[in-house]
Amino acid sequence: MPMERPAPAIHWDMARALVVRAAGINCDEEMARGFALAGAAVDRLHVRTLANNPELLDRYGVIGFPGGFSYGDDVASGRVLALLVREKLYPALRAAARRGVPMIGICNGFQVLTQAGLLPGPRGFWSRKAPDTIDWPAHPEPPAVALCDNAAGRYADRWVRLAVNPDSPCVWTRDLDPHDPHDDHTPTDPTGTLMLPVGHGEGRFFAPKATIDALLKNGQAPLTYLDNFNGSAGAIAGICDPTGRIFGLMPHPDRFLHWSRHPHYTRLDKRSIQGEPAPGLRMFINAVEAAAPSRLGSTRAG
Amino acid sequence: MREAAELGYNLVSASTAKVYLLEGDLTNEQRDAITSALLVNPVTETLATTNGVPGVTLEVHPLPGVMDPAAQSVQEAVYELLGVHVQASTGTRYDLQGLDEVAAKALAARLLYNPVVQALHTEPFHPDALPYGTPYQFKPISVDITTLDDAGLERLSREGHLFLSLGEMRAIQRHYQSLHREPTDIELETLAQTWSEHCVHKTLKSDYHYTGPKDDTIRWQGRPGVTVHGDGSVTIANLLKHTVAAATHELIAEGIDWTLSVFHDNSGVIAFDDDYGVCIKVETHNHPSAIEPYGGAATGIGGCIRDIIGTGLAAKPIANTDVFCVAPPDTRDVPAGCIHPKRVLREIVAGVRDYGNRMGIPTLSGAVDFDPRYIGNPLVFAGCIGLIPRDKIDGAAKPGDRIIALGGRTGRDGIHGATFSSAELSDTHADEFGHAVQIGNAIEEKKVLDAILRARDEGERPLYSAITDCGAGGFSSAIGEMGEKLGAQVQLDRAPLKYAGLTYTEIWISEAQERMILAVPEQNLAAMQAICEEEGVELADLGHFGTPNAELILRYGEHEVGRLPMDFVHGGIPRETLPAVWSPKSPSPRRSPRSGDREQDVSARLLSLLSRPDIASKHWIIRQYDHEVQGNTVVKPLVGPPAEDGASRGPGDASVIEPVPGTGRGVAIGCGLQTRVGDPDRGGDPYLMALAAIDECVRNLVCVGADPSRIAILDNFCWPGVKDAASLGHLVRAAVGCYDGAKAYRTPFVSGKDSLNNQFRTDDGTTIRIPPTLLITGIGIVHDIEKCVTSDAKTPGNAIVLVDGSAGWERLENGPKTAAGVARAIGDGLVRSAHDVSDGGVLVALAEMLIAGSTPSAPIGAVVGGLAVDPFEELPTRYLLEVRVSEVDRVRALVGVPCSVIATLDDSGVLRVGDGTLDVEDLARAWRGPLDW
Repeated sequence: MPMERPAPAIHWDMARALVVRAAGINCDEEMARGFALAGAAVDRLHVRTLANNPELLDRYGVIGFPGGFSYGDDVASGRVLALLVREKLYPALRAAARRGVPMIGICNGFQVLTQAGLLPGPRGFWSRKAPDTIDWPAHPEPPAVALCDNAAGRYADRWVRLAVNPDSPCVWTRDLDPHDPHDDHTPTDPTGTLMLPVGHGEGRFFAPKATIDALLKNGQAPLTYLDNFNGSAGAIAGICDPTGRIFGLMPHPDRFLHWSRHPHYTRLDKRSIQGEPAPGLRMFINAVEAAAPSRLGSTRAG
Repeated sequence: MREAAELGYNLVSASTAKVYLLEGDLTNEQRDAITSALLVNPVTETLATTNGVPGVTLEVHPLPGVMDPAAQSVQEAVYELLGVHVQASTGTRYDLQGLDEVAAKALAARLLYNPVVQALHTEPFHPDALPYGTPYQFKPISVDITTLDDAGLERLSREGHLFLSLGEMRAIQRHYQSLHREPTDIELETLAQTWSEHCVHKTLKSDYHYTGPKDDTIRWQGRPGVTVHGDGSVTIANLLKHTVAAATHELIAEGIDWTLSVFHDNSGVIAFDDDYGVCIKVETHNHPSAIEPYGGAATGIGGCIRDIIGTGLAAKPIANTDVFCVAPPDTRDVPAGCIHPKRVLREIVAGVRDYGNRMGIPTLSGAVDFDPRYIGNPLVFAGCIGLIPRDKIDGAAKPGDRIIALGGRTGRDGIHGATFSSAELSDTHADEFGHAVQIGNAIEEKKVLDAILRARDEGERPLYSAITDCGAGGFSSAIGEMGEKLGAQVQLDRAPLKYAGLTYTEIWISEAQERMILAVPEQNLAAMQAICEEEGVELADLGHFGTPNAELILRYGEHEVGRLPMDFVHGGIPRETLPAVWSPKSPSPRRSPRSGDREQDVSARLLSLLSRPDIASKHWIIRQYDHEVQGNTVVKPLVGPPAEDGASRGPGDASVIEPVPGTGRGVAIGCGLQTRVGDPDRGGDPYLMALAAIDECVRNLVCVGADPSRIAILDNFCWPGVKDAASLGHLVRAAVGCYDGAKAYRTPFVSGKDSLNNQFRTDDGTTIRIPPTLLITGIGIVHDIEKCVTSDAKTPGNAIVLVDGSAGWERLENGPKTAAGVARAIGDGLVRSAHDVSDGGVLVALAEMLIAGSTPSAPIGAVVGGLAVDPFEELPTRYLLEVRVSEVDRVRALVGVPCSVIATLDDSGVLRVGDGTLDVEDLARAWRGPLDW
């Protein structure tokens, strides 16, 4: 996959995904693979390139901020990259949000989106809304939530079991709940529980109680930990904006694009997962479908 | 707080703050913008610009010149934010209550800072200016050597930190006598670096005169490079060539066609599939880790990763490994000059964690071993595995190529690392060699990696014709190696420096981290520069490859400061014949002497073995490493269904990745370490240690589904001093064991490394010598990841089969055959779980399978019956396999060595042995508790 080839087309292509790179970002390849397996064309562009040419963002139908240790995470996780995004890219990202472009921030990318004024969306709109009815402020708001040091005080890598809120507007987590009463489609996980890997030192979700309550009430916390290993408030693992299109989470769907990555793969009944995309890949498919509904048939078949 | 309490300090409360010192021309508005936008998170943090807390305030700041990655981030961010250049420095403030200043300082010395790289301040540190260094005034230096006598040569070697032998000093003296001039300091340093133990493995490449007992268990007749004398003693020419390397070359001659590059590059390469190769390198970083464990371990893994990036035309790192040997964590008396082993372990784990995780490379395989003799010389083995396109395995600099340095700037840090690593440590080594120790900056290396992979892949051909890393010896080794055939002309004043004041020699031998050297054709320079600018990587043009007489020409400004013929640099080192003696203390033992207390009953012994630090769960370490990044990890280091906390807890034998996702093909990564088998102080034999380590490595890989006929291995010798014949006797035997083991298992060595002076002189003059330690690391190809197997017990009703090929293991009769048989059974889908029997013996292995597979909601237990061997005996070539009862006979037929059903799984959650019953959750607690820090 070429790394720094901006899209040749100058028109806005719904099925084109952008993965934002930066110094120290290290999960851009797996995120790009997720979008590609979901049927999108993908570019990985350095934030410097984007900062110098913010209009490049207008070309993309899906935007991802991958994990890693952007600029070393030395001051705080995601701080420096978030600063660049706030200062240089916010207007273009705001326009993309108004267009309904699905965006995702995974791990470090989540830390970036919460500090860049994109999650959980503008104050006063923390209830379900259509993209074009949200009034994104002209300048990024200060952060409303934070991701702090894990309760145990150190980095942890493991798989976690997650609960999916089937009533969330989040487009990324659609059909992911193995127990979703609204969905008689197919089980997304034959183990009966959604599992994803996590790897972070600063992932404990924190916000004032009123904010937590509002997010939970409005379905803006589509994923919560069953194993709240990092001590997150409300056991929140991921949040979305009121439209459900901008999504950030600490767990890594990009590391679960294939069933063989499941932590108990050697115990799974392989017949039950035949033909079913792994749950991590399902999230990328959901987003690409949401960006380009006409592609729905082809990605399901693929 | 917890750690302070452990050390007996009555700390009432503690708070910490990050301290940022900024120096620059800033307005108040700009200052406020930096603090509010960059430094403080309004949701969780408050800004404190003055000190208002009662109690003792301590601040820890890096010493001048020590890498401060956070400061670099701040400088970069301030520039992006405001377009202003500032100088930054960062530190940490601790406000401690309940301690007086004396106690607080003592606590700080134990826990909070290391004087080798940091300074402690007892009040807020507000320097007038940050240090910049003073400009260097060029001053050529030559060293008188041609007229020295032997004593003078030895003194020069010692006092100049050259660490060259008298024979080597004489060879240098002769060279300059023939030139009728004295060497310059930079020439002498170049030779010392290039001829250092670290760079040329001269001890292992020496000739040996070996004397063994009459009934030597090694048959010497007919071995490559060996001459047997009338008195029974033998001479072995170039030990490394005729043991480790000979095995590989003979295996290749016998038809192994899947090794692609062995021994000559920065790592060894084997075939993965038709398109890719995988390469592997394992390094040690023992001496730096003894003095500054965090920085030593981090730069150890950083250096090994650069070896992978510097292989062929660059490989992409896809996995890291780490193995540590330290003194027991409950050690009470720590000699002066040593750091407590618990702190050592905490900090080396943090070092590997912070570097590997930031690089985005999964750390997948490892081990920890404990022995009191590692107190002064903890061993830190760091490995890296890479993926490389098969058409990019070979690179060579061409005449006229520019010498391009990429990455970090050059500073005074790490000077004399190569020679330091060849020295014995003592209680004053921290003062003497502090400058050899460094802190790494993983993000710098990540940027360099990103830029290099782009330069490799974006065009039709790579933008460079060769690449290597700056490791030990810095520019001197890297440019010296790349220009070995062509010569090179280097303009030292063109190297970007961290601060002013470096001499030309310091620039040349600095081992500053995160630097690579590329040979770039002139016409590609602009494209290379463009990529580097976008990635934020500094590029410097230091000169060119190719000089008229293949000389190394070193210049500073207008001045030539050194001129050396490459053939003398690389071929001038005299080879020595070293005496080696083997006199075993007692007949070679059949079993390792560590079966626990025989007075106890089986249950008590099992519980106490599970709690031994070497056997106990290493989850505290494993979980701090990212082992999922890159998204390709199939078999994880910890396996099994979710235990109480929702995470897998069982010990995996090896890890498996699918490096090219979608191919279904995997690489298994594992290791073998059998120090006790070889411990001469306890009647062990290093020859058998090598065989046992290879056997263990192969078993670990086979147990997850690797093909034993596609396993490549690597050796890492860590020896105490090698000045005495007995120690060299151990070395000879271990090397011969490597040859015999590799030949028998048909596992070629593809690379290796040694560290040979791991002994510590205490202030009372005693010398603490590590036991001879040989780590074998292996990579094995997994043809179909769908067939991978893990060690967690799966299904009640199944039988646990002991596959026992241990009879005659010393003669290698069954090991290879058993591995092949087990692999066949796994390949045929007959094995539900597999685990190798190693430390603690059969019952410990079974307990581990139950701990891995049993959960409170789906318990698994076992009833042991028919166990005909000592349950705690530690012998090689044993496996436990979980097999359906109806398929036991098929497995037996496939394996071809004795198989016996020793237990049956049930759903009780209890292990029953004789009269004893043990709840699996109790076993789990005993096993997980000791290292659950």
